[in-house]
Amino acid sequence: MSNNYVLTTILACGLAMWLLKVVPFLLVKAVRLPSWLLQFLSFVPVAILTAIFVESLLIARPGAWPAINWPNVGASLPAILTAILTKSLLAVVVVGVLAMAVIRFMGWA
Amino acid sequence: MTQDLDFRTGLKDVLPTVFGYIGVGLAFGIVAHTSGISVWLVLAMSLIVYGGSVQFVLASMLAASSPVGAMVASAILIHARMSLMSMTVAPYLKRESTLQNILIGTLLTDETFALSMNKLNVTGHKLRPAWFHAANLTAYLVWAAATVLGALIGTMIPDAKALGLDFAAVAMFIGLLYMQMITDRSKPFLRHLGVVGFVAVALFGLMRVVPGTTAILIATVLGCLFGMGVEKRVQ
Repeated sequence: MSNNYVLTTILACGLAMWLLKVVPFLLVKAVRLPSWLLQFLSFVPVAILTAIFVESLLIARPGAWPAINWPNVGASLPAILTAILTKSLLAVVVVGVLAMAVIRFMGWA
Repeated sequence: MTQDLDFRTGLKDVLPTVFGYIGVGLAFGIVAHTSGISVWLVLAMSLIVYGGSVQFVLASMLAASSPVGAMVASAILIHARMSLMSMTVAPYLKRESTLQNILIGTLLTDETFALSMNKLNVTGHKLRPAWFHAANLTAYLVWAAATVLGALIGTMIPDAKALGLDFAAVAMFIGLLYMQMITDRSKPFLRHLGVVGFVAVALFGLMRVVPGTTAILIATVLGCLFGMGVEKRVQ
């Protein structure tokens, strides 16, 4: 793998991804967003976080229904419980990681 | 989380997410190293591309000698959800200078976006560049350092996965999602729950026909439309 090839890829992807993040900021600054769009965007945080989380619980199988990632589901349950009980992000992360370590140590995954 | 929006508070608020960056960053460094990407290029990729899921895909596509155009297309598809996040957070920074907006947008991530959405709910819907820069810069530097460390010592750790560190990112999203559901009082908890359920089902179905990262984007858009529909019906 030549370094030039990797570097070209990095620069091209980096530029495209930078534009995806920055252009919306400039757009919002330049124009007033219509109220329907603001209402739409008000659902983005919960919707996108759910999508990212649920995607991590599934294993894609092209052409078939996704399979369940049981170790991730197993470690998620104590993490969710910790979120409800403590409302602390740090506690959720620590419990989640420990739960996953236990699952792997016990050979369940 | 307090209502303060200074740089120091930003550092404190971003701390829990750091574990996610370390866990996933180490994993990426190891993968990139085994794909034959040199340590310097791992650093360059983390600093310039700066996107976890895109970087994993690039590592495998580079190893397969894919055309650059195909890799850019994949990167755009995976990263498109960032536009949704940028547009969601941007109205709160509209009165800041263009430069501040560009700087914040440049280093925005899934995690710092979610963190800022949590933050809004305790600050009376205000955000400040100082707070955002602290969160963004910490995430950026920790990510770069973790990926380089993974590329350097990854081969020495027999099984980094055994520590469960790679799950830190998932756990973090669980925490950020739950905090968002209970602190965003602009909608009742049950409506949030409805959106969660809808998105989960939509994502499951979508993953049958499109890759996971594309499914995330489509399911999010559908989930927002679903939420709007429910809100219209209630009014």
